[in-house]
Amino acid sequence: MSTPPTEVDSLDVPDAHAQSTTNVLAQLRRIWQGDSGLLPILIGLAALVIFFDVRSSVFLSAENLTNLFVQSTIFILLGMAEIWLLLLGDIDLSLGYATGLGGATAVILVSSNYRWPWYLALSLALVVTTAFSALSGFIVIRFRLPSFIVTLAMFLGLEGVLLYVINAQGTGGSVSVQEKVLYNLVNGNLTPLATWIFVVVVVALLALIMIRADSTRRSSGLGGRPFWITISKIVTLGVAGLLLILVFSANRSSFAHVVGMPFAIPIDLFVLAAGTFILTKTKAGRYIYAIGGNTEAARRAGVNVNKYRLMAFMLSGFTAGIAGLLYVSRLNGISTGIEGGTYVLYAVAAAVIGGASLYGGRGKMIHAVLGGLVIGTIDNGMSLLNMNAATQYIATALVLLAAVIVDSLARRGNTNTR
Amino acid sequence: MTTTPEPSSPATPLVGRVQTEGSGVEVFDRDHLLSMRGIAKSFGAVHALQRVDLDIPAGQVTALIGDNGAGKSTLIKTISGIWAPSAGHIYWKGKEVHIHTPRAATDLGIATVYQDLALCDNLDIVQNMYLGMEETRFGLLDEIKMELATLKTLSDLSVSTVKSVRQLVGSLSGGQRQAVAVARAVMRDSELVILDEPTAALGVSQTAQVLQLIRTLASKGIAVLVISHNLNDVFSVADRIAVMHLGTLVSHGPISNYDTTSAVEWITTGESSRHPTASASVQ
Repeated sequence: MSTPPTEVDSLDVPDAHAQSTTNVLAQLRRIWQGDSGLLPILIGLAALVIFFDVRSSVFLSAENLTNLFVQSTIFILLGMAEIWLLLLGDIDLSLGYATGLGGATAVILVSSNYRWPWYLALSLALVVTTAFSALSGFIVIRFRLPSFIVTLAMFLGLEGVLLYVINAQGTGGSVSVQEKVLYNLVNGNLTPLATWIFVVVVVALLALIMIRADSTRRSSGLGGRPFWITISKIVTLGVAGLLLILVFSANRSSFAHVVGMPFAIPIDLFVLAAGTFILTKTKAGRYIYAIGGNTEAARRAGVNVNKYRLMAFMLSGFTAGIAGLLYVSRLNGISTGIEGGTYVLYAVAAAVIGGASLYGGRGKMIHAVLGGLVIGTIDNGMSLLNMNAATQYIATALVLLAAVIVDSLARRGNTNTR
Repeated sequence: MTTTPEPSSPATPLVGRVQTEGSGVEVFDRDHLLSMRGIAKSFGAVHALQRVDLDIPAGQVTALIGDNGAGKSTLIKTISGIWAPSAGHIYWKGKEVHIHTPRAATDLGIATVYQDLALCDNLDIVQNMYLGMEETRFGLLDEIKMELATLKTLSDLSVSTVKSVRQLVGSLSGGQRQAVAVARAVMRDSELVILDEPTAALGVSQTAQVLQLIRTLASKGIAVLVISHNLNDVFSVADRIAVMHLGTLVSHGPISNYDTTSAVEWITTGESSRHPTASASVQ
């Protein structure tokens, strides 16, 4: 019954010194297949960029790239909102209109009809979307209904509410942004110096976190992933940051001098960081994954399943509210023509294309960012190539189909190894 | 089941007959970790358990055997707090306890590993081991501490087949999953581990691993109660046997009092005459 020492050793992760070429290959394979693997989506994104760059001379211009990032913001934020629910194995179809509701609340409250200070209006908008998602969540949990159906009802109801509220303003079915802060959320820029500082601080912070995590593991005798992986990650981040600085330092207007990083990007990154932090560092995040993986197991382990499901709904609504603020800022207002249905589909698509699973329990916030960028790139690139809306829809559909098929295959691969 | 030649010793074990509870002061051995006296459970008119008296000693493996519907699952659910017994008393280390919730059972030190194991395939081994009782530092998950403790628990239990404790549980083999579920119970300082059909879905070598794990548990002074249909497993791992038949505990005692033939007889007929009766007689 006693354990030979060699068997205990096999529990340890092989350390950096012992790795050989086969080890590196195995590592690469793990990165490719791993459930957190970002490599496929990064390669796909790179392929899209190359394709559009070859076909269009302006695609990689500073002006267009900035535009692309801002365009993608709404997909990214909605995707992150949807991931909270996808992780549980739930879905919220009303998120598109919840976003509209948040945006409308902010726009209307700062409009000449009410003249609220911006900070109160924006805060209330976030409270409204959070409360709204909490209501959906409450109905789903209390009556044990599929979130699909409940949020489908909410989708229709919210569309009606939005039409009513916007028409009630008596401004002809649309309300424009009449307040500077809300307008600047997307249209304002950091100064070039602030852009530099922001990028450097973010990259340095991430590098510090990664190195610290590695060294804590090592000093606890746990071994860690090979050092070259951490280094290459940091280098990649640094290069990406440098490219961003280059893009945002170039003048992107022929009429005036427009430079600097749009505020939308720090907002995206902040939501990404906050979401990732909750999911990976807190009990709440751990429980959300557990519920999505095996609800009954979570319940038996003493997890208050309903509490954390409701919490995920509220986080989703809050994130959708932020998306709503950026939406109205970018479109400079809100109208009764808001396509909440299309947006929610893009939100789910962004999350799934990025690598989150529709079956629950698998996904990260970064997946929505990458998936949102893919959708934004297709959207942007096809417009540049003067392709019509029909082609754009079909192309996005094909990418989404490919993504869900990959998701399903990955899932099958996971269970097959048992 | 094969019928083996009768051993020379009398087939009916001396301790086999259950003594129905005396109405006066309960007398039982204080060395027993868990003692049940006169446990009954009814669902309406159905008497799933009738006056069960059973002692579970520490450091030994007790096998609970019986046919489908004999009341094995009902009995372990009573111990693990899924439902309270309709009548009877449960003593834990000599003191009477009332186990009305799973939480109460866990707090006493009773861990139940059900057949479905209740693991999250999308979480890794460490995350599963600590699910619901995560270690935190400044309010944040302390992954290092949890990983070290997991490594220690697994090596204490001589579980050596997993490559990394950061592997997703979904990628483990059936035996490894069972090991993780058991290790999880052990890590919660359980003194009684109840295993429901731990080898039901496993192949030969995996079964051997799990049986060895069960012996390791017992050698650490943990009381183990195993439900099993597989008499080969029972005879290779158990110290004691308890046989259920139609809701009553018809026989229990050290494994040496039984052989495969008598065990089968107890299971199927509720008694051990060497001549199988035509129909199981209800007591």
